[in-house]
Amino acid sequence: MNKQQTQTHPHEPRKTGAQTLAGNLAKFIAPLAIVPLFLTGCAANENPSVLSESQSAGSAALQTISGSGASSQTAAQEAWRAGYSGTVNYDPVGSGAGREAFSSGGAAFAGSDVPFKTEDLKSSFANCEGGIVEVPAYISPIAVAYNLEGVQLKLDAESIAKIFTGKITNWNDEALAELNKGTALPDLKITAVHRSDKSGTTGNFTDYLAQAAPKEWSAGEVEEWPADLNGEAAEKTQGVRETLANTKGAIGYLDASQAGDLGVASVKSGDVFVTPTAEASVKTVGGSSLETGRGSADLAVDLNRTSVSGAYPLVMVSYLIGCEQYKDAATGTAVKAYFEHVISESGQKAAAEHAGSAPLQADAALAEKVAKAVEAMK
Amino acid sequence: MRSETLTPQRAGAAAAAFSVVAALAAVLGFLLIQGWPALSAGLGELPSHAENMWQLAGPLVFGSVLVAAIAMLFALPVALGTALYLVFYAPKRVATVLGGALDLLAAVPSVVYGLWGIMVLAPALAGPYAWLNENLGWIPFFAGEASATGRTALTAALVLAVMVLPLTASVIRSALALVPEASIEGAYALGATRWETIKLAALPFARRSIVAGSMLGLGRALGETMAVAMVLSPTPFLIGIKLLTSENPNTVAAYLAQTFPESHGIETSALIALGLALFAITCAVNSLARWITREKTK
Repeated sequence: MNKQQTQTHPHEPRKTGAQTLAGNLAKFIAPLAIVPLFLTGCAANENPSVLSESQSAGSAALQTISGSGASSQTAAQEAWRAGYSGTVNYDPVGSGAGREAFSSGGAAFAGSDVPFKTEDLKSSFANCEGGIVEVPAYISPIAVAYNLEGVQLKLDAESIAKIFTGKITNWNDEALAELNKGTALPDLKITAVHRSDKSGTTGNFTDYLAQAAPKEWSAGEVEEWPADLNGEAAEKTQGVRETLANTKGAIGYLDASQAGDLGVASVKSGDVFVTPTAEASVKTVGGSSLETGRGSADLAVDLNRTSVSGAYPLVMVSYLIGCEQYKDAATGTAVKAYFEHVISESGQKAAAEHAGSAPLQADAALAEKVAKAVEAMK
Repeated sequence: MRSETLTPQRAGAAAAAFSVVAALAAVLGFLLIQGWPALSAGLGELPSHAENMWQLAGPLVFGSVLVAAIAMLFALPVALGTALYLVFYAPKRVATVLGGALDLLAAVPSVVYGLWGIMVLAPALAGPYAWLNENLGWIPFFAGEASATGRTALTAALVLAVMVLPLTASVIRSALALVPEASIEGAYALGATRWETIKLAALPFARRSIVAGSMLGLGRALGETMAVAMVLSPTPFLIGIKLLTSENPNTVAAYLAQTFPESHGIETSALIALGLALFAITCAVNSLARWITREKTK
């Protein structure tokens, strides 16, 4: 240890004031010169795609439109924008904030995991002349995923509710054995994993339990996991997936496209067990009735998760929301063109590939209903 | 060096110093104004279906302090040992390498610690936790049912301990390096062993810096967001000291990160009010550190 060095400061030869100032300024400015390099670096990444898109548009350019809303649509919106000729911005601020921005006129359209409530429809929408259009544009199955090697699990709503409320705690439980005859279930503690953040996935999962197993699930439809129910919590889809992947005997719910190597349970629907395929998921939406007391283009689905036969009941529906008639015609043309692209077969296919959603076209009647609603837009 | 004339350097330095105060005032003003409406908010308006602000804030503040305190319990002895070894025991070359590694540890982003915590540390600790729970379950901290995932308050505290270690260790190391040579030579001259020298000459001299380093570390641990949000398995409104179960009190910072994206209106105000609470705790910790260090200078 050399104490001397740390305590004494060698004096530099004095420079004149002007020299020192210039020298100091140069030292100060030199690092700043790097900043523009970074900025141009970022811009270089973004510009080409923007250019090529607007060039490929060719025809009369559509007005640039901005939407905001559900973060669940983020990946799908990316896919939709990539294949679209105009320029669209989507800010994933969350469903509630997105709907607020739309009604106050801050966003030309909104993405939302829940439609507007009927009482909200009475207030006026800043961008709209008259009513609004709400169409299910993003349908995504939610998987009940688990970490049990070599087991293909079958579950019904009651058993899922009991697992997540802590009434079934071991995989060798009788109720599970009854559902999975012929499958050997291990003597292993069940770790039920739920989302620790507020989430539309939790909202749809609990809505399913409330509809299909009302005796076992009393908490209703909630986006935040009920505080009085214990259990393991993990942040976001990735956190749930990591926790499931790392823990033998764990079970959780997450976007089906994110299940990866985990086991995915077949869920009882009517008398059969259904896996979360695109067809079975869209069937739930197509087989549900629309909410009443709304305009003809307001397709708010009252999800029926109990009695559509052969349908996979654990789905999440996210809406695109716009005006039936925009006060500004150019905005109306642009939003309509974008919505048409989103619900088209190619748009839905792109989202299916990029975000793992279920294409509307899996149910022809539903696809037609949605197309009609968008067609009416101005 | 300290001239009274107004040079550009002096003006620039002063502007920089006061901009710190201005930024602090702006943050405090923002927290107060935006958070105010939530203080009187009731059931149905607040996030997590809380009945009032206190029910929401209490457990979170408790969780923040609990996890940070346990983190310091682990980090401080290791930081002190590291600093002592680097300054008094290690050969020069080893000290250089170890010192560099310590600084690198400080440069790792907290998201990386979070990933390490959830993918490596938590699964690895699930087994030891089950053992602790089985054999030492009579200690209140180890009671309850051990988590099978290892994502507990204790794991979060351990991740935080690793994160604050370099900060605390480097503050203590700088202080130990400044112990006057004369004191050390004097102690040796009186026939003290190396450990006695450390005990009699070095540690008393560095005591204030050890406190200051701990408080800096504690401040960092209290405010850490991403790593805790990723590693901890939280339960709302829980105040408890069982460290090995799946049900843990959440921390203020992690709760903010988890709840903010889907909040609006009064819920956002409530989250900002929680930010104010965190600000207050951190201020209290820093003031305490200043008070402790000031008293001894008299």
